[in-house]
Amino acid sequence: MTVTDDRPTYKWVGTRPIRHDGYEKVTGKARFAADLDLPGQLHAAYLRSPHGHARILSIDTAAAAGMPGVKAVVTGADFPDLDPTDPNFDVSVNVMARGTVLYNGHALAAVAASTRAEAAAAVAAIQVEYELLPVILTLEESMADGAPLVNEHNITKFVESDGPSNLATSNVVERGDVEAAFAAADLVVEREFDTAYVHQGYIEPHACVVDVGPNGKADIWASSQGHFMVRALTASVLGWETSRIKVTPAEIGGGFGGKTTIYLEPVAARLSEKSGRPVKLVLTREEVLRATGPAPASKSRIKIAASNDGELTAIDCWFGYVVGCTNDFAGLVGAMSVASYKFPNLKLEAIGALTNTPKSAAYRAPSAPQAAFAIESVIDEIAQTLDMDPIDIRLRNAVVEGDPTAMGMPHPRIGFVECLEALRDSDHYRSPVPDGAARGIGAGFWFNIGEQSSATVNLNEDGTATVITGSPDIGGSRASMALMAAEELGIDVYSITPVVADTESVGFTDVTEGSRATFSTGMAVVNACRDLIEELRARAATILGVDLDAVTWVDGTAVTDGKDPLPLSAITAKAKSTGGPLTVTASLNAGGAGPSFAVHCCDLTVDEETGQVTILRYTAVQDAGTAIHPSYVEGQLQGGTVQGIGWALNEEYIFDDAGSMENASFLDYRIPVASDLPMIDTIVVEVPNPAHPYGVRGVGETGIVPPMATVANAITRATSIRMTSLPMSPPKILAALDTD
Amino acid sequence: MRYTSPTTVDEARSLLAEHPGSRVFAGATDLVPQMRSGRPAPPVLVDLKKIAQLMSVTHENGQWTIGAATPTANLTRNHDFTAMFPGLSEAMGLIGSDQIQNRSSLGGNLANASPAADSVPAMIANGVQAVIATADGTRTVPVAEIVTGPGRTSLADGEFIVEFTLADTPADTSDAYLRMIPRTEMDIAIVGSAVRLTVSDNIITDATVVLGAVAPTAVTVPDAGAALIGAAINAGQIDDSALNTLADAASAACDPIDDKRGTVAYRRRVAGVLTRRAAATAVERAQNGA
Repeated sequence: MTVTDDRPTYKWVGTRPIRHDGYEKVTGKARFAADLDLPGQLHAAYLRSPHGHARILSIDTAAAAGMPGVKAVVTGADFPDLDPTDPNFDVSVNVMARGTVLYNGHALAAVAASTRAEAAAAVAAIQVEYELLPVILTLEESMADGAPLVNEHNITKFVESDGPSNLATSNVVERGDVEAAFAAADLVVEREFDTAYVHQGYIEPHACVVDVGPNGKADIWASSQGHFMVRALTASVLGWETSRIKVTPAEIGGGFGGKTTIYLEPVAARLSEKSGRPVKLVLTREEVLRATGPAPASKSRIKIAASNDGELTAIDCWFGYVVGCTNDFAGLVGAMSVASYKFPNLKLEAIGALTNTPKSAAYRAPSAPQAAFAIESVIDEIAQTLDMDPIDIRLRNAVVEGDPTAMGMPHPRIGFVECLEALRDSDHYRSPVPDGAARGIGAGFWFNIGEQSSATVNLNEDGTATVITGSPDIGGSRASMALMAAEELGIDVYSITPVVADTESVGFTDVTEGSRATFSTGMAVVNACRDLIEELRARAATILGVDLDAVTWVDGTAVTDGKDPLPLSAITAKAKSTGGPLTVTASLNAGGAGPSFAVHCCDLTVDEETGQVTILRYTAVQDAGTAIHPSYVEGQLQGGTVQGIGWALNEEYIFDDAGSMENASFLDYRIPVASDLPMIDTIVVEVPNPAHPYGVRGVGETGIVPPMATVANAITRATSIRMTSLPMSPPKILAALDTD
Repeated sequence: MRYTSPTTVDEARSLLAEHPGSRVFAGATDLVPQMRSGRPAPPVLVDLKKIAQLMSVTHENGQWTIGAATPTANLTRNHDFTAMFPGLSEAMGLIGSDQIQNRSSLGGNLANASPAADSVPAMIANGVQAVIATADGTRTVPVAEIVTGPGRTSLADGEFIVEFTLADTPADTSDAYLRMIPRTEMDIAIVGSAVRLTVSDNIITDATVVLGAVAPTAVTVPDAGAALIGAAINAGQIDDSALNTLADAASAACDPIDDKRGTVAYRRRVAGVLTRRAAATAVERAQNGA
């Protein structure tokens, strides 16, 4: 279901063709990184720290190197030490520990052998002497006066620093007079919240195959959200020039932000270089959970002032994110997501605290879900206290175009009000709450980003086309690129082959992140098509013997008064005699990314004897700007929602006192299974983004922002208990009911 | 590591005698993940699925005989069996997923000796007997006597379970099994509760309560059974004070651990809740002739 606001109608954009890569995906022919095998290939395995924090006194690999099948062994000594001020320093030490292991699971050596079993056996033969160091696991321990350092190289970002500390970042934003507003308020609600570490939970474990040739050049096949990023970071960690590395993007089995960095490629490259053989490195699920990208845990304090008629007059909030062992987490911008409401008076403080736990990584709208859980819970409590409808209080305070974001810049044209109205008018919201159930509402948004993209469009001799980009397709972007190109060129979407090319076959393109691929890379495709149309007009003018100005491009044909229209295929057929191949490349650093707002609604029951929550009905409403391929937009909304429900109800990292993860498997790290969920209904709102030729906003991230508060608010209305701690697992709900 | 697939009980017995430390398996739904997680592989694997006796289900003269390696799906798809043992069937239907149940077996679920095995409390509640191949013959013992602790059984080296036997359920008797998991499937019980009872003239005349996942082994709770025996059924509902006594007895019988899957307090509390609910379901079934 789509609500359209002044959106033009298109021939191709907004239709639902079967994705171009669908055949390969459903038949198992699609090649993921772990599917590739090269002649003579070795298999690698890691030695990982069994300690949460320790100095490495010695590593003896001699016995391992002599084991059957072993061809190469690497340790931190095989990688250059980057300067701590190098922007890739943290990635480098996470890829392979130097001198100190910072968390349980930190890689400190790796072996390549003829078989995986031989590599694993050799890993077990590596002798390491450790000097144990204090293990810091919580925000309180990390920030305590005189706390031992988590990472002796950490320098706080964004503020003056007098040396290493456990503080990763500190941001403060203020406007208006918060204290005066609280003093004058009719109602003030203040609450504290906490959330657990959660993993992105992609199905495909990280994998790569690397072949370093005798010329010193590396061929890398890897699963990632950006192969130019893989090239740049691998070069940096190895101390190589970028031109030594070619990265071919494999299909990706889910990323959600967790594959916007690297873990494996420099290790496999060094092993390949030392052994002279291709090396395949595939993580186990346990390794994925112990040593790749969780999203930060958090604590927060939220205080909001309101008038009796529901105007939110002030917010004072503090967010503490537990970011893990290094400081390249840049997601505190998520805390800025307080900017869903006007709040004339605002004070926002956000910090990141280091702990001896895995380095955190981006996860859909990084750090916004934690903040939205807290803020949307307090707003719900205000609505309950004032006996206001939860949609009405949000409509009363929702930001519109021109209202300031938390940082003060004005919001561009946004669709928050339209989303609230779409939910208010929906069948779900207008239906009575089922007997014994309760209903919750939550909202949120994500800024989205632009960044750099390149696209090449080649017209083939017969009038078909190839659209080549550098954006790994993690959510159906190939189909979206083809749809926009079909709309521009006026040819059938299936006459277009969308390709994601390697780093030597397409212009530089930033990572598929920030909901940017369809927005930015799509814009590059549109620009290339438009340049191509100019060229097609010129060729048509030559063929027809008329002035360029006499030729217009209409629906895939060159049109001139008094002559038959010239279809695209008639022009491409004469490419050789009119100037040669028809191909255009466009590159850009896209500006004007449009924030995407969402409002969610959930009906659920709580078993008050077991604490178990059953979700009966769920609707996700989100502004897509324009949904280029509505099915994949809906898929993004549903996927984000389901991950958010998992975050709300059961997902959490459980560490023992020494920092060892106790539930490093999908049995005990509980993402939702299909039978846990109803069909997630979607309402796609289309308030076009004026900065994009087709109005695209990007939809990949916002969907995970509202679910935690949506579920919590429904649980609160079902039980009269305000749940402030994630996950809201059965034992925690039962304990909260018992203490009430 | 050597894979063997004997076709007779005798052949399996000989293989086990010849190769100390070897291991029998049926569906391998526990064995394969254990080996993948780094547990040392046994020198010889003895696949029991080629032995016809271990793969058959028969129902003769008021008795069921179930081959120990028979996929549980063969039982949960057998309407005569599920009608007579709805609780045991629902326990088997909770193991893993459909794919797992096409391979998992009662023998494997029992001999793996997990405290959380779903079928075990329901088998004990129904008085299931295990027929065990010994070095030179067979012995028959109640299922309750097989598991002695997490991962430990009373089976001697070289012994394996051949089949299970259980008697038909009278029309006034039925069973139920409930477990608590934080999700709806693909999980391991935090608490399991099996109840089998008999209702005669609106009075519960016999009852057995067995809990899983709350102690090192499945535990029969005589106090819980006693709380039900003699309880009146009024309009299909068990007397409330009997239910409260039942729940308290179930909670008191728990000797759980605090771990990543659940706390002691939660397990105790929910053991009582599930036992009440399982008893209510069993009464409904017994009164409806199920």
